[in-house]
Amino acid sequence: MQSFAGYDPGDFYDELIAPDGTPRPGAQLLIDKIASLPPGDLAMRQRAAEALLLKMGITFNVYGRDEGTEKIFPFDLIPRIVPAADWAQIEAGLKQRIFALNEFLQDIYNDKKILKDKVVPEDLILSSRTYRKECEGFTPPRRIWCHVTGTDLVRDRDGRFYVLEDNLRCPSGVSYVLENRQVLKRTFPQVFEASKVRPVDDYPNKLLEMLEYLAPDHVAKPTIGVLTPGIYNSAYFEHSFLSQQMGVELVEGQDLVVADGCVHMLTTKGLKRVDVLYRRIDDDFIDPEVFRPDSLLGVPGLIGAYKAGRIAMANAPGTGIADDKVIYAYVPKIITYYTGEEPILPNVPTYICRDDADRAYVLAHLDQLVVKAANESGGYGMLVGPHATQAERDAFAEKIKAEPRNYMAQPTISLSRVPTIVGDRIEGRHVDLRPYVLFGREIYVLPGGLTRVALTRGSLVVNSSQGGGSKDTWVL
Amino acid sequence: MLSRVANSIYWMCRYIERAENVARFISVNLNLLLDLPSEGGKHWEPLVLITGDQEYFEEQYRQYSKEAVISFLTFDRRYFNSIVSCLAAARENARSIREIISSEMWEHLNTFYLEMADPRYHPMALQDPHKFFRIIQMRSHLFTGLMDSTMSHGEAWNFARMGMMLERADKTSRILDVKYFMLLPQADLVNTPIDNIQWTAVLKSASAFEMYRKEHHLITPRMVASFLVFDTHFPRSIRHCVNKAQVCLERIMNGAASGAINPAEKLLGRLKADLEYTDIDDVIAQGMHEYLDNLQTRLNRIDTAVGTTFFNIKPLVSAASGQQ
Repeated sequence: MQSFAGYDPGDFYDELIAPDGTPRPGAQLLIDKIASLPPGDLAMRQRAAEALLLKMGITFNVYGRDEGTEKIFPFDLIPRIVPAADWAQIEAGLKQRIFALNEFLQDIYNDKKILKDKVVPEDLILSSRTYRKECEGFTPPRRIWCHVTGTDLVRDRDGRFYVLEDNLRCPSGVSYVLENRQVLKRTFPQVFEASKVRPVDDYPNKLLEMLEYLAPDHVAKPTIGVLTPGIYNSAYFEHSFLSQQMGVELVEGQDLVVADGCVHMLTTKGLKRVDVLYRRIDDDFIDPEVFRPDSLLGVPGLIGAYKAGRIAMANAPGTGIADDKVIYAYVPKIITYYTGEEPILPNVPTYICRDDADRAYVLAHLDQLVVKAANESGGYGMLVGPHATQAERDAFAEKIKAEPRNYMAQPTISLSRVPTIVGDRIEGRHVDLRPYVLFGREIYVLPGGLTRVALTRGSLVVNSSQGGGSKDTWVL
Repeated sequence: MLSRVANSIYWMCRYIERAENVARFISVNLNLLLDLPSEGGKHWEPLVLITGDQEYFEEQYRQYSKEAVISFLTFDRRYFNSIVSCLAAARENARSIREIISSEMWEHLNTFYLEMADPRYHPMALQDPHKFFRIIQMRSHLFTGLMDSTMSHGEAWNFARMGMMLERADKTSRILDVKYFMLLPQADLVNTPIDNIQWTAVLKSASAFEMYRKEHHLITPRMVASFLVFDTHFPRSIRHCVNKAQVCLERIMNGAASGAINPAEKLLGRLKADLEYTDIDDVIAQGMHEYLDNLQTRLNRIDTAVGTTFFNIKPLVSAASGQQ
């Protein structure tokens, strides 16, 4: 019943099953185990796992609904397996990419050499909504800007990994990586052990080490806080989880105050100074005195204290410019400019709508392309051409013409698939992969990542806000 | 610790204790009715009266029937002191501090709430109310047990415990008060067999029956009231709760550099002393209801003082750095 007989890998790269229907290297044990389960057993384990997630309160809020509406992040028991050789390439590619992006951030806010050398057009940077003039001339502690990154990778039909998106602001999802692993260990203990899966449990430790590294040298025992927008934020569970795992304070904007130039927490014993903030509030909302004045989430005066060197922040304000989806098209050039090397991980081919020739091509081929707005995330503000109606495409064409700077387009990638439980059957579903990278004393890539899966048949949209789920990711 | 966190943990425990006590109110009534001739809604009205929210009740429900009062006190989400509302509030507070409490506490409270909010469980409240409300009490006890055995007894725990004790003192006083609401118009019943049954029910609702027996044997209204207000060792007596709350506050303050006594310490210390030097005869002379009413007011003042002392700290920010 649960066997993979009759499983159709389809005309896609399947992460577990080769085109001839046999398991890929590393997946044999898992496939055998699943095939050996009595009928209905897998579905039962799946339901048990979901009940466990609900009980643990591992839920997210969906925007656009009543506040406080909670759903569990759908989770599929069959893991995705990444062989060691593939992972070595991903790891090297991400280290190279993050190093280069950090150099880029330091450069554009200071010497602007890359703009003077005309590798990246200056007006593109200056016109970006995420370019922060306030950061000009500033060097953050340890000269690190993008401390925590979650880069979205996809694997195309050709079996190669491509970078789809850089998330350098407040990438979320790492808590699901850790929790999914807990659930999987309980579900397939023997297979897990025998497969020699690399552990992910060290992440909170590495994150804490990185945050401590940012504290000023004279502070022996820095006070660290995770800054959250509060319980109604969709990633609140993660903020709370990470602060619990690291044993640091979870603070909201209302818990912090800037006094005498320093940032303090309001405690039952009065004020206590904070040295490092892992902030999970976007730039826009972090300080109403500097950015959006209507923000109630932020801390007035925080940016002033930051620029005066009184507090370190991860990620640094201003990193959003590097994950602008139009700047993205220039990242391969950025990598070569700062490292002198060819990019290890390629970009998905990208058309930039501000470029006349590219725009003409995009407008003529909307039915084949995915179009994205420069500064949206979570699957909002995008058009999946092949799946859209003519009316939707026409409406989007107008948007592109009105604000070409704000859009880029990519061919639809045939995202790879992983066998997924659908009722009492197993079917292929499309996935992407978000590994997490920490930049502290050195660059660390967590051996694992969030595999997001589009649970709807044929769908390519993996975002949790749009009907996506997740899988555990086993790096061998 | 963060003021907001202290506030949340204090209220988390108050709300759980409150939910448990609403279940106790209902239980005491169910116990009473077992031994009384049925007299329609007469015995359910006092439960609503002591909430002080009869206006809302009368708008929403037609009569003081068992069904209406149980729905109101248990499942009415628009009524902020119903069991489900209390649990929802406790859980929201817990959610905002789940990195402070243990995962056992969080998971238990989360499940407790999710089940109460699930309409599938609602018919049981009327079909098997004794069991239903007993389960709620046991869930609350389990939470307290988890808190005691899985969470460090540091500052956060002391705030939690203080919230629980202040809430419990208030609610024990209200359980006693229910009795007075019910019996004042029937003064001639005092010391009749029915009266005895009713006082037994009051003791049982505070889980105090067996402990009372060991201490005093005969059940008289005077001694029951004395036991629930003044007993030093019984964990739901008002005096015991106030003493424990005071110990928690002392532990919280020990960490502070300043030796100055804050308003919360003053008010709580005075109440503790008054309970020490008052006995049941003083209370009867003053009038039981008046005494309990005054006690509740003092507990409210302590709660307010705890809030202003620890939770709503306003920093002294120089105008220059605060605003531009």
